[in-house]
Amino acid sequence: MNSLLSKQQFMSRNNILTLCAVLAGIVLLFVFEGLFDSFTMQIFKLCAINIILALSLNLINGFTGLFSLGHAGFMAVGAYTCAILTMSPEQKEVNYFLQPIVPWLANVHFPFVPALLLGGLLAGFIGWFLGVVALRLRDDYLAIATLGFSEIIRVILTNAQSVTNGSLGLKGLVRFTTMWWAWGSAILITLFLVLLIRSSYGRAFKSIRDNEIAAESMGIDVFGMKVLSFTISSFLAGIAGGLLAHYLTTIDPKQFIFLKTFDILLIVVLGGVGSITGSVIAAIVVTISMEALRFLDGPLNLGFMMTNGIPGLRMVFFSALLMIVVIYRQQGLMGKSEFNWDALSRIGLLPRRGAKSGMGEK
Amino acid sequence: MDFQTFLQQLVNALSLGSLYALIAIGYTMVYGILRLINFAHGDIFMVGGYLAFYGVSAFLMPWWMAVIVAIALTTVFGVGLERVAYRPLRDSPRISIMISAIGASFLIENLAIVLFDARPKAFHVPEFFARNFVLDGVHIASVSLIIPLVTAVILAVLLWMVHRTRTGMAMRAVSTDIEAARLMAIDVNRIVSITFAIGSALAAIGGILWALKYPRLEPLMGIMPGLKCFIAAVIGGIGSIAGAVLGGLLLGIIELMTVAFLPELTGYKDAFAFVLLIVVLLVKPTGLLGKNQGEKV
Repeated sequence: MNSLLSKQQFMSRNNILTLCAVLAGIVLLFVFEGLFDSFTMQIFKLCAINIILALSLNLINGFTGLFSLGHAGFMAVGAYTCAILTMSPEQKEVNYFLQPIVPWLANVHFPFVPALLLGGLLAGFIGWFLGVVALRLRDDYLAIATLGFSEIIRVILTNAQSVTNGSLGLKGLVRFTTMWWAWGSAILITLFLVLLIRSSYGRAFKSIRDNEIAAESMGIDVFGMKVLSFTISSFLAGIAGGLLAHYLTTIDPKQFIFLKTFDILLIVVLGGVGSITGSVIAAIVVTISMEALRFLDGPLNLGFMMTNGIPGLRMVFFSALLMIVVIYRQQGLMGKSEFNWDALSRIGLLPRRGAKSGMGEK
Repeated sequence: MDFQTFLQQLVNALSLGSLYALIAIGYTMVYGILRLINFAHGDIFMVGGYLAFYGVSAFLMPWWMAVIVAIALTTVFGVGLERVAYRPLRDSPRISIMISAIGASFLIENLAIVLFDARPKAFHVPEFFARNFVLDGVHIASVSLIIPLVTAVILAVLLWMVHRTRTGMAMRAVSTDIEAARLMAIDVNRIVSITFAIGSALAAIGGILWALKYPRLEPLMGIMPGLKCFIAAVIGGIGSIAGAVLGGLLLGIIELMTVAFLPELTGYKDAFAFVLLIVVLLVKPTGLLGKNQGEKV
């Protein structure tokens, strides 16, 4: 491809608009940080972490068509690896009071970024291994095998006392996950996934989702592609887990029961299985409404009567929402479609593009 | 480890295994007909236990009446669940119907937390089930004898029903090919409802027996037994009733015997079933008694 064309492609209107949108988003984050109190900012950070989780689950479930329910396990691997590596030796001594930590980990002390990446890499490696073993299975068998795998990870975390501190969990982690780390990772990962889905790899993933046998007969290495998608997805889940650990500052194995995977699945289904835009929007909306609807768990004034607090009503609402969406609107918010600038110009929100720049985007 | 301890563990393993078998039958029948993992099966099991509890404690019924009412209501509940959550998706992609099953399970669990309260409840065990026999130094609670008996009777009745009655023949036809069965004038919806009714009734019986064995009710108590019994069904060969019983017994025996002989692995007990599942799926995906189904293009 000649360099003039690729430059023209890069400078297409749509890419410039995207760049402006990202910059505007960063400015907005600055403004928010000055405007809101720290509680609101915590929820914003959680939005970013949930975006990463939803996207990584959507990559495997929505774009490659493999129904995996093992995300909580990969998150746990990322969270624990990152947390153990960043803890200072003194902090470890305080935490591991029941049984001392194994010697080879006792004096390890990493900065946040390498620890986060190592957590992601370990999760990715385990994902690769599980992929090679379990991706021979399909549909519901794969779902139950991955679910079982995440439970195995949780049982190991609970019992490997001298490495993970068992069911006591790890407390007093440094709050490394600032606004910038959370949203910076979320934006980077979103861009990476958009590029991945548009690349030949992404097209191969989608062809496997749409018809595996046809994809294979077109010469696509179906098994290799499935493993690749699964590995990337677990790597991203590991990163999100690491961010979550340093956001919550306390982790224990109970947080990573497979109900956690269901929470992410809820976001993916509401947003649209197979839509990056949908996952991002749904992650933000669900995270904020989970907080906003907290009043449902407290005492309610129904006008004619007062109820005492009913803990759990909020989750009833979300699970009922999941059922209603699956039964009446399977495509969720966005179906398989994505946000794009051209759609905005079609409905008249942006000026139409000139005929000349028509080759930049599909 | 002496012989007596071994016998004691065997008795425990048989009663736990039979309980697993009872619940696994429900999974295997639904899967055989709809190719659907009924994720909510474990929650139906929980509902059965709670209904029996409320029958005795809130409505002051004698225990046998509470049991009958609980089984009947749970059956209605299971059939209703299929109507609401699965029937509208009969022709949708399998992933949608599985998400619906997960959503249903999620909803029932959360509703149970709201309605039944998240705090555990103590299940009242009637004197009849609490009696203890000592045989040659082996302690046997009467409930440990009743569970395998109930499972054996139910297995016999179900095998007779599936292989000797017209309804059973229709069930086998639907499980082989839904479309062809419909062409043969079989009312598929009726057969699916009957299957769910049987499965839910068995789940309710399982839930009540479970509560008699471990007298503590919690809204999330169905999750682990539910998953394990699905695994038992897969091990035995999903779709086969005898396979489900075999798988359930095997799982119960493996779980308790490993803990008895290797006590240092006790903490990992809940992981055995999943390791077993992954091994079976990789070595013999059709399970022990399952039939091989070729892949269709």
